[in-house]
Amino acid sequence: MSAVFLVLSSFLASGVEMVEALTIVLAAGIAGGWRSSLLGVGAASAVLAVIVAVLGPALTAIPIDDLRLVVGALLLLYGLQWLRKAILRASGHKAIHDEDAIYAETVAEARSLDASAFVIAFKGVLLEGLEVAFIVLTFGSAQGSIPLAVAGAAAAFVLVAGVGLAVRAPLARVPENTIKFAVGIMLTTFGIFWSAEGGGAHWPGDEASLPFVLAFVCLVSLGLVRMLRPRELAPA
Amino acid sequence: MSFVRFWWEFIVGDDPWLAAGVVAAIAVTAWLASWWLLPLAVAVLLLVSLRRAAR
Repeated sequence: MSAVFLVLSSFLASGVEMVEALTIVLAAGIAGGWRSSLLGVGAASAVLAVIVAVLGPALTAIPIDDLRLVVGALLLLYGLQWLRKAILRASGHKAIHDEDAIYAETVAEARSLDASAFVIAFKGVLLEGLEVAFIVLTFGSAQGSIPLAVAGAAAAFVLVAGVGLAVRAPLARVPENTIKFAVGIMLTTFGIFWSAEGGGAHWPGDEASLPFVLAFVCLVSLGLVRMLRPRELAPA
Repeated sequence: MSFVRFWWEFIVGDDPWLAAGVVAAIAVTAWLASWWLLPLAVAVLLLVSLRRAAR
């Protein structure tokens, strides 16, 4: 019975972390290019494998809160830039029909997006991967069987990766501006959550508060679009 | 040089005041260890930055 409980606990706890990583990888891939995003995933997985192989059980000595603070702050800073531009576009304050401006902006963005997609995917996967490794080590050590904890985490990985592959194609059909708005909201949400947590704040319900942070960022963003949209002149 | 420009655009972007405000808000959040402070600060900072940009 305790073996089933261990596999299930490891599956659920690792699954939550993997869903967070998947969200970030999807956001980076859709907005900045799949090649760079997947390269980021590959590089982070390689670094993670080296860290786990070298440190082994000493892995728990890594200051994960400091890492959360740095990664969260960078995601928040970058995500807010996306959100700001998306709100300006949606409220009509940034060029939408000016083709020259769009072309110049697209060229400039394309140059930086590839590298940004890599960095975002890399950081997200490295941080969440370390958290999964922590979960497997702590759950496995506490219950006396690391292989069973690994089995739970591996099952979660198969499920989450499958979901990622399944939703990739439908997401690609969503309009570009909507995607950019959503990416800005997701990065800002994770940035707020991780940087506050890394700074020592405790969210009520821990990761269960993430959907509420997401809802708050959504409401604020949509409210700002509405507030900034120029009021139409009343007919004479 | 392009390395520095990449990180400048990644971290600071179009509005240095917004970036500085976010860093300050994270510092105060860490100092007070209050979870509610950062979401509110982000909302206010975004509002101020957008109003300035929309002018």
